[in-house]
Amino acid sequence: MRQRRFEALHRPEWEELARQLDALEKRRRRSNSTTDAPADLPRRHRRLCHQQALARERGYSLSLIRELEQLMLRSHRQLYRQQPPLWSRLGGLVRRDFPRSVREQGRWNGVSALVFIGAAALVAVLVHSQPDMVHTVLDAKTMQQLEQNFSTERSPDRTSADDLRMFGFYIMNNIGVAFRSFASGLFLGIGSLFIMVFNGAFLGAAGAHLVNIQQAQPFFGFIIAHGAPELTAIVLAGGAGLRLGWALVAPGQRRRLDALREAAIKTLPVIYGVILLLLAAAFIEAFWSPRQLPLAWKLGVGAGLWVLVLSYLALGGRGADGERG
Amino acid sequence: MIDEHHSVQTPEGADLALPLAGPLPRAGAWLLDLFIRGLLYLGLTIALAVLGLGGLGMALFFIAAFLLEWWYPVLFEALRQGQTPGKRALGIVVVHTDGTPAGFNACVLRNLLRVADFFPFAYLTGLIAMLCSSRFQRLGDLAADTLVVHVHPGSGPAEMQVPDGDARALPDWPLTLADQQSLIALAERAPRLTRARRQELAQQAFPEYEAEAAERHALALARGLLGEP
Repeated sequence: MRQRRFEALHRPEWEELARQLDALEKRRRRSNSTTDAPADLPRRHRRLCHQQALARERGYSLSLIRELEQLMLRSHRQLYRQQPPLWSRLGGLVRRDFPRSVREQGRWNGVSALVFIGAAALVAVLVHSQPDMVHTVLDAKTMQQLEQNFSTERSPDRTSADDLRMFGFYIMNNIGVAFRSFASGLFLGIGSLFIMVFNGAFLGAAGAHLVNIQQAQPFFGFIIAHGAPELTAIVLAGGAGLRLGWALVAPGQRRRLDALREAAIKTLPVIYGVILLLLAAAFIEAFWSPRQLPLAWKLGVGAGLWVLVLSYLALGGRGADGERG
Repeated sequence: MIDEHHSVQTPEGADLALPLAGPLPRAGAWLLDLFIRGLLYLGLTIALAVLGLGGLGMALFFIAAFLLEWWYPVLFEALRQGQTPGKRALGIVVVHTDGTPAGFNACVLRNLLRVADFFPFAYLTGLIAMLCSSRFQRLGDLAADTLVVHVHPGSGPAEMQVPDGDARALPDWPLTLADQQSLIALAERAPRLTRARRQELAQQAFPEYEAEAAERHALALARGLLGEP
């Protein structure tokens, strides 16, 4: 069959299919395509595949083949659209997948925590023994701000507007840091390690400096409650990044690319969970931590939160229900 | 024909050709999205300044900044069939490597890992990864197993037209498919080539003819092979 005859024979089908695809492509995701898609879309798609193969085999013009390939790609995209319900999986994430995935990458979380705490402890000890060393980690402006924030004679001028503003800021800043810790793990894990060291050192320096100038109490009272979800989340994000990097360093019996893909997919529940933890942390940090309450209360609540977060991660999702979402 | 196609086998047993989008259209889409995000920032800032919500306004601003920075591409790609507004304008779309639309997880992964691709500035790492990869994938695409491909929703009948003419001819040699496609491709592109170039190309096929005659013969053959009425 010559090309022109072939085109004359099938062009009406292609135009009809193109019309259907236009309609499907304009539709928003919300409507469920499996029920809305025309019932004959699969049949039309199969016929198109057949016709495209014929056109190729018979050496029809490249422009016709390209046109059919474009149409095929479009119908393929509509036919094989997956629309998993996202909200219902959020429950599964909180109940099972997040704590399980965290435990699964325990090794990397351990390394990440060790680096973070190690950096913090080292810098804290150095700054505590030689107070001047704080200048190597913190610049003058940051120090001034810290001292002001935790000065004991601070007037309770913090308003609810400040609380709200800081809530927004913590969300933007902290989740951004977590995402960066994760993504920079792609560079063989070095990026994640760097961010862990940097943040640990900052925390250690700030803590030791405030201890040196006798402001330990307001500092620890402030930090202990939201530190539970926040520091945990940052360490977990670093652990996820390290896992990505490790897949590239030591892929085992697979290609590096395959190892990376598997690691990336497996760390995703951790990242989703980290987002939730940091949202909680931002809330606590903005609305609870700055409250002027007796230190014992604050330490008590803070300790309770640490126990809660760590036992959730250690025990959550254990049990007979072995299915994974 | 010089082009970049990645071919996958579909469940129908057909070869699906995915026309890969290179760095240039993707950078264009990114710039367009950057512009749109800038406009959104601006609109938001003005709206909040006018409304003057104080602390709540600042909170909304930070949260919006966070959403625009991290979630703008994720949400558009996951919810609008793999296209941010910029990608839609440039006719490119994110798909899995098997040609199916990218799912939520893949969109999150490829966009979170943007940070690594952006390093140290202006997507240098991503560009290098794309040029090294056989399928123009940046690091985020490699980890999420996604591709960016061209789709042209508007493409109707082929825009290439063989010049009109009465002469028809059929080949007097054992025709290969490559011969056939080259002749038809020449005829289809004829309107966009200069006369001298057309004749030069036709003479490559028929060196024994004069320039003019070679062109006429090539076009006649193409019409014959297409089966023009």
